[in-house]
Amino acid sequence: MYSQGLIGADSSSEETPEFLAEFQKRIDREEKIEPNDPMPSGYRKTLVRQIGQHAHSEIVGMLPEGNWITRAPTLRRKIALLAKVQDEGGHGLYLYSAAETLGVSRKQMTEELLSGKAKYSSIFNYPTPTWADMGAIGWLVDGAAIMNQIPLCRCSYGPYARAMVRVCKEESFHQRQGYEIMISLAHGSPEQKEMAQDALNRWWWPSIMMFGPHDSDSTNSDQSMAWKIKRFSNDELRQKFIDATIPQAEYLGLTVPDPDLKWNPEKNDGKGGYDFGAIDWDEFWTVVKGGGKMNVDRITARQKAWDDGEWVRDAALAHAKKQTAKKASATLAAE
Amino acid sequence: MSDQNEIPLWEVFIRPRNGLSHRHCGSLHAVDATMALNAARDVYTRRGEGQSIWIVPSADITASDPQEKDANFEPSESKIYRHPTFYEVPEEVGHM
Repeated sequence: MYSQGLIGADSSSEETPEFLAEFQKRIDREEKIEPNDPMPSGYRKTLVRQIGQHAHSEIVGMLPEGNWITRAPTLRRKIALLAKVQDEGGHGLYLYSAAETLGVSRKQMTEELLSGKAKYSSIFNYPTPTWADMGAIGWLVDGAAIMNQIPLCRCSYGPYARAMVRVCKEESFHQRQGYEIMISLAHGSPEQKEMAQDALNRWWWPSIMMFGPHDSDSTNSDQSMAWKIKRFSNDELRQKFIDATIPQAEYLGLTVPDPDLKWNPEKNDGKGGYDFGAIDWDEFWTVVKGGGKMNVDRITARQKAWDDGEWVRDAALAHAKKQTAKKASATLAAE
Repeated sequence: MSDQNEIPLWEVFIRPRNGLSHRHCGSLHAVDATMALNAARDVYTRRGEGQSIWIVPSADITASDPQEKDANFEPSESKIYRHPTFYEVPEEVGHM
């Protein structure tokens, strides 16, 4: 989720070496950093960028699933999907609030999303043409997100870590409801099984890419790890996700679209793990840079929501001001 | 919130159940207290997290300066005579 937000991030700091060393000592003692604490400018910039990108991902992430709410096959599926999308709106809010404690305004973050200056997870730039995509997204995309987010509950920045605790608590339902959809389809009619397999084929590699570039190509990772914003590297998390997910795919009786996937008993210090094929990074960079199928649609939808909501925001503010003025004059009259 | 057209920020406090105190759980933007309460209910109590909500305009909170943490809070560490273990009571007196 967040790993892509760090692409090209500027983590340089202007403070003295003594200040930076003192700060690093606090981090090494596992002290949490709170909003008004002194912190290196690079630490602040990195967090604003990462948390903002994470928040945008939650908000844009509502769109591919919102696409299916009115067409969910049963009432049970519909209420689950509604609740999931509502959660994502909430997650976006927790994260925006955490970013705001660092001195960036909500308005600024919204403008950066709409102008394309701020990124969101590229996974949401893939289309959701079938109902099975709701299953695959819950199972794989939320599964990958959980893998990323659990270590973030121990992030050195207090407000981010606390927001992540809430998010993780809620996220587990998302993955389970997605997997349940996959079970129904995979164990259903041949057509349904085919639909499930097709969704897995389309979502597998983009989910694997959610963990971001390989460690060898991820230049900002080291500083983030030292500051304990990040606890595991992109490749470590990716491997964990693959190892956890393959047995789940086997239970469904579906085939992961990777001919090079193979159990390797030597991996993970002899505990075993899966070897997997080469990731198509050209596709990843194309989508990150705006060339995905849905990049334009997603931002257009967000821009429309923002524009269409303007009169509501204006009216609510005007009403609140009027009420405050009324109250003030009533108090004055009573005196 | 210097911008007049910026929707104000509120801090949200939730009491998980009676018998416990309200605890800070996050913040949100809303134009007035009623809308802030409604939004807090929608966002922070979707899974039985609370029985009661307080909301406070963030701008009304006065916070101590973290830079003065030592000056503010160190003295409470050095005054060991404020703790019961500072005083010696003979064992035969029993638990006190």
